[in-house]
Amino acid sequence: MRYIEPHGHMVSRTTDDYVDMATAGCACVCEPAFWAGFDRSSADGFYDYFCQLTEHEPKRAAKFGIPHFCWLCINPKESEDVKLAQDVISLIPKFINRPNVLGIGEIGLNKNSRNELKVLEMHIEVAAQHDQLVLVHTPHLEDKLKGTRLIIDALKGDKRIRPERVIIDHVEEHTIQLVLDAGFWAGMTLYPESKCTPARAIDMLEVYGNERIWMNSACDWGVSVPLAVPRTALEMKRRGHTAELVDKVVYQNPLKFLSQTEKFKLG
Amino acid sequence: MTRQKLLDLYFMEARAKVIDLAAFMDRIERAPGEEDFRMRAFRDALKELERGNADRAKRVLLSLSDPTDKPIPAATTKAASGAWPEK
Repeated sequence: MRYIEPHGHMVSRTTDDYVDMATAGCACVCEPAFWAGFDRSSADGFYDYFCQLTEHEPKRAAKFGIPHFCWLCINPKESEDVKLAQDVISLIPKFINRPNVLGIGEIGLNKNSRNELKVLEMHIEVAAQHDQLVLVHTPHLEDKLKGTRLIIDALKGDKRIRPERVIIDHVEEHTIQLVLDAGFWAGMTLYPESKCTPARAIDMLEVYGNERIWMNSACDWGVSVPLAVPRTALEMKRRGHTAELVDKVVYQNPLKFLSQTEKFKLG
Repeated sequence: MTRQKLLDLYFMEARAKVIDLAAFMDRIERAPGEEDFRMRAFRDALKELERGNADRAKRVLLSLSDPTDKPIPAATTKAASGAWPEK
């Protein structure tokens, strides 16, 4: 089996995880910029983080034969501080042409506040100016429905943004149709406790189809499973899905979306 | 996949989960003190299991969601509680 991990926060993971992913058939990993679990005190911390994502982590992944790509932004969890966000966003153009940078992400909303929305619009502006792919985080739990609606409105409000170049991540049963109907790609995140389980992800594939959809582990420093995508592929086989369909969902679909930037090349 | 095959695959897992839910509710009931909005939301969400037309997961998620459409003035926490407090 081969698969693409389109959303993994590998700076938080161990080398054992890289070994397991390579063994399971991981063809590449894509790492969106994320919250560190604590608020960084200045834009300097983000400068170092962007260097880590574009210089150090690709070398670490390469030791295990896994190409590493990344996305840049200030995560919505740190977007309440608009001044900090402005300082961080002003750093992005310095890094955007680096060879493993796929686009802007994971931007979006967390608590659906006015400042978060303002910072989301600032990110959308950078993406539009630099013609970048966009990866969007949708809020957690009770905030997801409202956040997804606000995000779709913000993206649709900028006519320079083409929906087919945007993936809206962490969809669940109450948001997936909104995202697909608006023309965006949808990401299903496989978590043990929140977001969605392998069985539910497969339910959504069966109900909503397998076009413009990918699956990811979003493994980070919290409760998450780096092998969630290949394990879900196995679950698809248990559910009677063909090897061709499994390959489409875990490899061909992310390949199709990510290949919209010429920087994304495998082997 | 047929209903029979899906039952073979998932019944035991679902059985375990429904017993866990029952035990969770018993545990809350036995404990001293007051419950909060989360338990009320939880009970409302359970009602959705009796309704629906092969869309129970969606209905449960909607039942636990903030239904409003305007941004809040400011984020005072980063965390989500799993249920909308104002329901």
